Amino acid sequence: MANPAIELGQRLRAGDRSAAPAALNLIEDRSAAARGQAATLLAEVSPAALGGEAPAHLVGLTGPPGAGKSSLLSALVRAWREAGRTVAVLATDPSSRRSGGSLLGDRARIEHDPGDADVLIRSTAAGARLGGLAAPTRAAAQALAAAYDVVVLETVGVGQSETDVEEVCDTVAVVVQPGSGDTLQFLKAGIMEVPDLLVVTKADLGELAVHAQRDLEQALGSLGRDGVPVLAVSSVPPPQGIGELEQALEAHRAGLDLPARRLRSRRLMALGELVAEHGEAALRGLGGRRAAERMLAEQDPAADVPTLVRGLQERAGLSGPVALA
Amino acid sequence: MRTYAGHSSAKKSNELYRGNLAKGQTGLSVAFDLPTQTGYDPDHELARGEVGKVGVSIAHRGDMQALLDDIPLDEMNTSMTINATAAWLLALYLTVAEDNGVERAALGGTTQNDIVKEFLSRGTYAFPPEPSMRLIADTIAFTVDEVPRWNPVNICSYHLQEAGATPAQEIAYALSTAVAVLDGVRPRVSEETFPRVFGRISFFVNAGIRFIEEHAKLRAMSRLWEELGRERYRVEHAPLLRMRYGVQVNSLGLTEAQPENNIIRIVLEALAVTLGRDARARAIQLPAWNEALGLPRPWDQQWSLRIQQILAHETDLLDYPDLFAGSTVMDGLVDELADAARAEMAVVAEHGGAVAAVSYMKTQLVQSHRARVGRIERGEQKVIGQNVFCEHEPSPLQEGEDGGILTVNPAVEQQQIEAVRDWRSRRDQGPVDRALEQLRAAAADPDTSVMPATLAAAKAGATTGEWAGALREAFGEYRAPTGVADAAPAPDDNALTELRDRVERVSEALGRRIKILVGKPGLDGHSNGAEQIAVRARDAGMDVVYEGIRLTPARIAATAVQEGVHVVGLSILSGSHAQLIPAVLAELRKAGAEVPVVVGGIIPPADERALCSAGVARVYTPKDFQVTRIMGDIVELVAERYGVAVSAA
Repeated sequence: MANPAIELGQRLRAGDRSAAPAALNLIEDRSAAARGQAATLLAEVSPAALGGEAPAHLVGLTGPPGAGKSSLLSALVRAWREAGRTVAVLATDPSSRRSGGSLLGDRARIEHDPGDADVLIRSTAAGARLGGLAAPTRAAAQALAAAYDVVVLETVGVGQSETDVEEVCDTVAVVVQPGSGDTLQFLKAGIMEVPDLLVVTKADLGELAVHAQRDLEQALGSLGRDGVPVLAVSSVPPPQGIGELEQALEAHRAGLDLPARRLRSRRLMALGELVAEHGEAALRGLGGRRAAERMLAEQDPAADVPTLVRGLQERAGLSGPVALA
Repeated sequence: MRTYAGHSSAKKSNELYRGNLAKGQTGLSVAFDLPTQTGYDPDHELARGEVGKVGVSIAHRGDMQALLDDIPLDEMNTSMTINATAAWLLALYLTVAEDNGVERAALGGTTQNDIVKEFLSRGTYAFPPEPSMRLIADTIAFTVDEVPRWNPVNICSYHLQEAGATPAQEIAYALSTAVAVLDGVRPRVSEETFPRVFGRISFFVNAGIRFIEEHAKLRAMSRLWEELGRERYRVEHAPLLRMRYGVQVNSLGLTEAQPENNIIRIVLEALAVTLGRDARARAIQLPAWNEALGLPRPWDQQWSLRIQQILAHETDLLDYPDLFAGSTVMDGLVDELADAARAEMAVVAEHGGAVAAVSYMKTQLVQSHRARVGRIERGEQKVIGQNVFCEHEPSPLQEGEDGGILTVNPAVEQQQIEAVRDWRSRRDQGPVDRALEQLRAAAADPDTSVMPATLAAAKAGATTGEWAGALREAFGEYRAPTGVADAAPAPDDNALTELRDRVERVSEALGRRIKILVGKPGLDGHSNGAEQIAVRARDAGMDVVYEGIRLTPARIAATAVQEGVHVVGLSILSGSHAQLIPAVLAELRKAGAEVPVVVGGIIPPADERALCSAGVARVYTPKDFQVTRIMGDIVELVAERYGVAVSAA
């Protein structure tokens, strides 16, 4: 009998999107046996196996609660689908620190046709990792990138998640609500350095949205990031600016050195995973972060994240469960 | 005196009304089915299983004519429990009255038309908040001159209590809603007309079992209403400042266990709204004793009508001036509630008013309801026959062949589907298209009233689904906040801590955290049960996917697969479980999801057996009031289905 992980990986590689939910179940499974399987699956969709980078556009969508991310995403999903593109959304919600449980409510707010097999929405809990992306979410993005045209990572922005999303995605859009005072907060938190694109929602508010747009442009200018586009959109009927946003996302992607960005992303993920699994001591064992980065730079650029982590573990004389991503 | 009634077809409901009028009922209270309330025709996918179920199906003027056949409309006070589609049903009513030669000025009645509580509790909204409020303003501005005896809006605190509101929250959220409505109408009418608009606002309140406090609540609410009128709206004419309200007493506290006790609860609750003359209800509806079991039969409704008749005609209740005038205890209670309600109104105002504060209020209600459920679970709040004095003799009331409830003939749905298709094919299409075009244009312009176009569409023979469909195009679809995500974590108790350990162990063995999908199939908007399950599952340590109300079976199945959940929990209170649950099971099978399904709702024993043989793993009914225990049961089910151990190694 064929190894189910290999089979799932092959199906994704062949663009069989019905394999996605089972692949995600496996990737989220933390048992030792499943992690080995998940690494096998990821190897099947690695650049080495694909013969190049996965074709999907990995889009990060982040911003404070209430900024209008879900409505925006509803409009974007509609636009992408109208253009014939397949879409996967990975929505991350915070977990309760006390119970460990979570309420995954984003799905309800993302309008979509449940009969459309070419839209996948998967909700995940952030888990113990405060405000950031859970390790399985990063791995999930890599796996889905083989089978979907667009993979969106949606997170609630509270500081940490922006940098996490930036590590994984090709293009990061930060969503801002006009009149919320977010701009100042963002400057303070250093978030302004992350986005490839800023989106001001609720453009139907008129003047207020124009102000927000101007504030953001100024803030970006003061950081020397004038090239970052700031777009105003409205998701309520009649929607405004969605087409422009779609084009701006596209334009950013087209201007990227994709292999370089993806390679950097895999190396950062491998480092993050090593630390998450073994602690800072693992880095010291390798002679520090810079030494570890040099070791990664020597690895095959087409290697998947679990392979990179395994390499680092061996060099550091560590064993343990095969890290995911 | 009336009972809330209506089911299946317009013709059947008409027979029921005429029977009730002959028994001494003095008005009509029309219950519409959920498709009519949410703006779908009987042949729409979402209407499946719901047509004619909790009320009558009205798809066009022909149905309305059949509903009101041979009923003297100029002598009637007709209360219509209709909200999102109120403008439309009012237009149909006016059209039929005109056909029957009755002047608009002679028509008396009420359209409930309170959308905020639909977002908070009842769930039959159709459009987003802003345009919904505008529809309300349009109907008020229209009726105040055109149908002067009509109460265009009946602000409901009733459903807030059903959703768990404390008395102070009930007052505060209802009055905040009234403020939002009045502020919306103000620019649409002249300054001279406005005080009359204030005077036409009426309320629909709840009365629970703590009937002394409940009476105080109504006195406090009347006081605050008058204050609002004088201070915020500069209304001076005393009769216009008087709070007018109708009542349906509490359904939330009615039990499935020993249901005969409910009749006693209903009598006591009726006293809350009648005892003191200064805060006495204008109209009373009493629920039936068997509401927690299923749909009441005519006999059950007659019993409730008789309670009112005995109170009014046999007792000396109505013989005296206000009984509480000068009571220090009552005055103290009223002061306390008025202060608490004022404070909560200020919080709502800080959030930007009732519409902007929907999400805040919803979260508060979910938390209050959880506190109430918790008190009953722990036995701190006694419910006779449910958590104390549970031993009982077999009840002769439930011995009949029907098990003591009404069942609606499932053939009604197919008949209505055929009837509406027939109606569409036989009408003159030109005027319908023109009227709907006019409606779309009016909807797109916030300064144009939708009423003229709505009346034109009613007259032309448009259907409920077409009217609402045109507005959905203009206004967009909407899903209300569920209130669960922001609900604070439950206070820890031993049972919950122990449950968390079990969830943790099973999750470890499964390899990932137990993930549950809580779903509400169909149009039923009563989401309390589902919300409490969702929040408790989260507090027990599960990952919970909750998408709110109004889900098609196909959507539930797709979600279950995409989310990779271990178990699906479905909640239905509208009585349509017999159609909808098997439909969900079939969709799950089709989607290849082999997950266990549990069901909660008002489900009679015979239906429970049928559901279990159809493949449902567990059925929970209102007698299963211990939510933590239900959770433990679900954890066990998951462990068993996936072959992992639930106990500590």
